Amino acid sequence: MQALFGQLLLGVINGSFYALLSLGLAIIFGLLDIVNFAHGALYMMGAFVAWIALSSLGIGYWPALLLAPAAVGLLGIVIERTMLRRLYGLDNVYGLLLTFGLTLVIEGLFHEHYGNSGNPYPVPDVLQGGVRLPFMYLPQYRAWVVVVAVAVCFACWLTIERTKLGSYLRAGTENPKLVQAFGVNVPLMRTLTYGFGAALAAFAGVMAAPIYQVNPAMGSNLVIIVFAVVVIGGMGSILGSILTGLGLGIVEGLTRYFYPAASSVVVFFVMAIVLLLRPAGLFGRQR
Amino acid sequence: MSVALRAGASVGWTPGRVRLAFAGMAVAGLVLPYLVYPVFVMNVLCMALFASAFNLLLGYTGLLSFGHAAFLGAAGYVTGHALKVWGFPTELGILLGTAVSAVLGFAIGGLAIRRSGIYFAMITLGLAQVVYFLAVQMNFTGGDDGLQGVPRGKLLGLVSLDGKYAMYYFAYGVFLFGFWLIYRTIHSPFGHVLRSIRENEPRALSLGYDVDRYKLLAFVISAALAGLAGSLKTVVFQSETLTDVHWHMSGEVVLMTLLGGMGTVMGPSVGALIVLVLQNYLSGFGSWVTVITGVVFVVGVLAFRRGFVGEAIALAKKFPF
Repeated sequence: MQALFGQLLLGVINGSFYALLSLGLAIIFGLLDIVNFAHGALYMMGAFVAWIALSSLGIGYWPALLLAPAAVGLLGIVIERTMLRRLYGLDNVYGLLLTFGLTLVIEGLFHEHYGNSGNPYPVPDVLQGGVRLPFMYLPQYRAWVVVVAVAVCFACWLTIERTKLGSYLRAGTENPKLVQAFGVNVPLMRTLTYGFGAALAAFAGVMAAPIYQVNPAMGSNLVIIVFAVVVIGGMGSILGSILTGLGLGIVEGLTRYFYPAASSVVVFFVMAIVLLLRPAGLFGRQR
Repeated sequence: MSVALRAGASVGWTPGRVRLAFAGMAVAGLVLPYLVYPVFVMNVLCMALFASAFNLLLGYTGLLSFGHAAFLGAAGYVTGHALKVWGFPTELGILLGTAVSAVLGFAIGGLAIRRSGIYFAMITLGLAQVVYFLAVQMNFTGGDDGLQGVPRGKLLGLVSLDGKYAMYYFAYGVFLFGFWLIYRTIHSPFGHVLRSIRENEPRALSLGYDVDRYKLLAFVISAALAGLAGSLKTVVFQSETLTDVHWHMSGEVVLMTLLGGMGTVMGPSVGALIVLVLQNYLSGFGSWVTVITGVVFVVGVLAFRRGFVGEAIALAKKFPF
């Protein structure tokens, strides 16, 4: 029983990261029409910025939680301004290829500098230890990750669905030309959106640093799973991608308990089944 | 009609001249191993065939498969196992690998064509990842060590393929066959329907073409030929490793096609040559190979989308000779 709940918890944690990352992917895809393969690399950079800040500058977890997203978000803005911008209006395949190339560059650079062994990142002091529940042991840091991830996802959803800024974003997703004609600066909105998506990925990276080992390949393996999550959920709905992310994390956790050999591929099997039964995705609208 | 649509016709060449150009290249391929290290040339041939098969989808049907490494690798493993453990004759081993990739292509393609556009790429990437994990976990693949010491065997039970020239000419023959098949596919009525799907899918559908069947068939052909390349590669190098099923390889074949010129007959081969020469020169620099590959990718997408052959065709149109 202990083991089952342990795997379930791990599943919920993985699912939180899937949700955070697929949320960012969906927002970027909505406004920029670009499938951001570099999302995993940005997430990895977030974790690395936190690790470097701690190991060479002595900056701890809490400042890093703000610092890393700011730094990576800034890089995202530079990427959008100098490169992605040139691809608007072209087939969106090019956006995927460009961000794939960027992933290779980023991962290669980190690999060259830091090797491919994992670097441990300590759990912050305040969140050390855990609570012994009747059915399992709950480490405090992991509870924190789940709570924060769900809160951040909910805040994003609320911002997009219920605020004026969010209404611009939704309108820009539907019809950028018309929104521009109404006097909204769509190019600036795109830049900031990509920067925000990058910052969100980096934020997830910092959160992940104490749980997984910090290494250059941590992002790209994740992003492929997140793509499958996005195919299953459909990128049209923000809430859909959050729920799908969490749900698939749990499915993965259960698989790891009942049939460990299949745990690394179960998400793709779910994807295949969804494609057979509901080709548009669980929350998708069009083909 | 058929004359106007031949490969070189886009530059305004007569069919005779196009034939002459291809004949010239074919002869050059015969003497090449005496000038350049044959194993390197064979590697280029395998990857050129792989990229040409991939181009049938991306360049001519407009479908970006981000999981083509699965077909290269699966065929490579099956062929390697068949030759090494089951003692199959070389030709049969290659055929078996190709057939497995065709079946795999039917399964993966059948699922992926249910969504279009960018989702297609994500689905193929995900399903190819399943093949990768299978290759990691199954027993016969040797996991991280891969398959080593695959015997090359004898061609038709007569000629030993262990000599470097014998192996080269066999590989060259397989390449020419695959390339010819792709060429014929592109220039057949079937190929024209594929291009119409690329240009305007709803219109192709409204003209009465069963678009999904055409896409699936193109996917299966492409997967099978990618498998042929993978099987051949295993025989040439006498080994098969996880590199061939990894998503990096799926990206590499996109790069070759993009760099050479997608939607051109010669583009993928030129791209394969460029990428492999580059990797050969950079092989001593560790992770810098990945970085530079990425930079080439980024520059290619931003400023060089027609690729070398595409640019050459554009140039030749401007200055006919």
